[in-house]
Amino acid sequence: MKSVFVYCEVENHKVAEISQELLSTGKKLAVKLGCPLEAMVFGSNLDNINSQISPYGVDKIFTANDDRLEPYRTLPHSTIATHILKKEAPQIVLFGATSVGRDLAPRLASALNCGLTADTTILDIGDHFVKKEKKEYKDLLYAIRPAFGGSIMANIINWDQHPQMATVREGVMKKVIFDDNYTSEIVEVDVNTIVNDEDFVVKIIERHIEESDVNLKEAPIIVAGGYGVGSKENFEHLEELAHLLGGEVGGSRAAVDAGFIDHNRQIGQTGTTVRPKLYIAAGISGAIQHTAGMQDASMIISINNDPEAPINSLADYVITGDVGVVIPKMIKFYKANAK
Amino acid sequence: MRPLKIVVLIKQVPDTRHVGPDAMKPDGTVNRGKLDTVFNPDDLHALELALNLKDRIPGTDVTVMTMGPRRAADIIRDSIYRGADNGIMISDKRFGGADTLATSYTLVKAIQKLPSYDIIMGGRQAIDGDTAQVGPQCAEKLNIPQVTYVEEVISITNDEVVAKRRLSSGVETVSSPLPCLMTVHGASPACRSKEAKRVMQYKYARTNSEIRRDDEFMKSLHAKRPYLTIPEWGVEDIDADVTKIGLPGSPTKVKSIESVVLTASEAKVLSESDSDIEMMIKELIEHHTIG
Repeated sequence: MKSVFVYCEVENHKVAEISQELLSTGKKLAVKLGCPLEAMVFGSNLDNINSQISPYGVDKIFTANDDRLEPYRTLPHSTIATHILKKEAPQIVLFGATSVGRDLAPRLASALNCGLTADTTILDIGDHFVKKEKKEYKDLLYAIRPAFGGSIMANIINWDQHPQMATVREGVMKKVIFDDNYTSEIVEVDVNTIVNDEDFVVKIIERHIEESDVNLKEAPIIVAGGYGVGSKENFEHLEELAHLLGGEVGGSRAAVDAGFIDHNRQIGQTGTTVRPKLYIAAGISGAIQHTAGMQDASMIISINNDPEAPINSLADYVITGDVGVVIPKMIKFYKANAK
Repeated sequence: MRPLKIVVLIKQVPDTRHVGPDAMKPDGTVNRGKLDTVFNPDDLHALELALNLKDRIPGTDVTVMTMGPRRAADIIRDSIYRGADNGIMISDKRFGGADTLATSYTLVKAIQKLPSYDIIMGGRQAIDGDTAQVGPQCAEKLNIPQVTYVEEVISITNDEVVAKRRLSSGVETVSSPLPCLMTVHGASPACRSKEAKRVMQYKYARTNSEIRRDDEFMKSLHAKRPYLTIPEWGVEDIDADVTKIGLPGSPTKVKSIESVVLTASEAKVLSESDSDIEMMIKELIEHHTIG
């Protein structure tokens, strides 16, 4: 049957943020297609999970409730998801572009022999005319993603091997409750008849999940540094400014690669996407890889030695100068003028 | 501990950090001729992890394998200089235009030609697509477990490997039986350098299609030292189904591409002088952006 499916991630009995974003986008696609939105959610103690999913306008929820399904492991989740997707044959399946989604979705795409587009940032429905077949395919998924270091946006389609699958980047789609009182049909998956012992050969010995002390997505102000900051020591000035302004410090891929800052603070196509009130880009040239993750900031200040740095064309304030000089001055004048 | 057979999947990629306007062809596929190429960074981390296991378990064999155009043999030589035992080139015009599904099919058909393997490794993702898909797709087709985002192999025995995985929000230690497939995270140690001795020994390593027909010196050298010949496998050598490779075997197609243009805005251009910085800070406070 024609439907849109979302794989929901759970951690500690809560539906992940990214999955809520996916459900919201999935609903939009389902409305356009005039088809149901369905979700699958696998984990343990999922008693309260359906009430978190239904309000996004989900028509049917497949739940697999088993202690062995949480934390996530590739094999049992892919076996159950493959089973459901083969039976339901949806048109579209969405996953988060997370550690889990990027591990699971390709395994499923291989098992289902279908196409999968990674790291999409825009999803839409549209048609495509295939010249060779002289045939117009209606209502395809347009999976649009930055490609090639972010210098282009590519619209990826797949008209002949369903389902059409995509992973979606975190923080790009907005969460929208469809109807607080929406009722979903619940389908309890009989786990034991689907999985076998082989699915549990990989064992989790130890697990440390940092309950994100770094919350770049929610930070109103971000002070981000690039390779141009020059050293880990210089990054301390950025941290001081961020702290003073009540914001967070972030970095470009080049700064992370150079070891100036931790990878969990990376902003850009392969890091976090942010939309702060104020974004201060220090020593960041502005490769599109980076700007893809911050261009929606309400206000951008660029500090760079190079007056021609590409990021300057996005900025509201362009300060041509040395990061090591400008940041301490900003700290000084903020302290002097703040009430 | 018995010696291991490790296969490292490697890729030569366009250097996406320096992309020009003619980097894409009208059909939306990459115009590789217009770009510098590099050894995919994560794949070098995978090679290091494989060589590290070879250091730990004497007799272990590390074979690198790549699918790509003729010039991708560069990264096979590079790997051998750094310590890999062998390399295999998967090259055929008909493999071109493959998406990740067709690529994983092709690599798996080649892997299945090998007498045995214990671990298949690859980088977490390649910088030309950042998809991170080929590894898990190969694991599914080989019907073996996958351990993605590996940062460190903590221990390994005859039938089990224990590895630390780097997740976006933490770390996880898992054990997996062998054989398995691992994708290696860039947070793992960087690859060792080329060894001068190996560079001397293998500098004439070539695939047959790299050797010009009239290059008598190279031909006689390869006849004398067969280890210099890098095996090169085409569609027939790996018994691939032509409907499952290259563009025809790829379900995902590029419908259109658009260049990304940075939107211009009226910026205030300032110097690093005290007066300029103070003026800006005052404006920001006044507009309640900060403070």
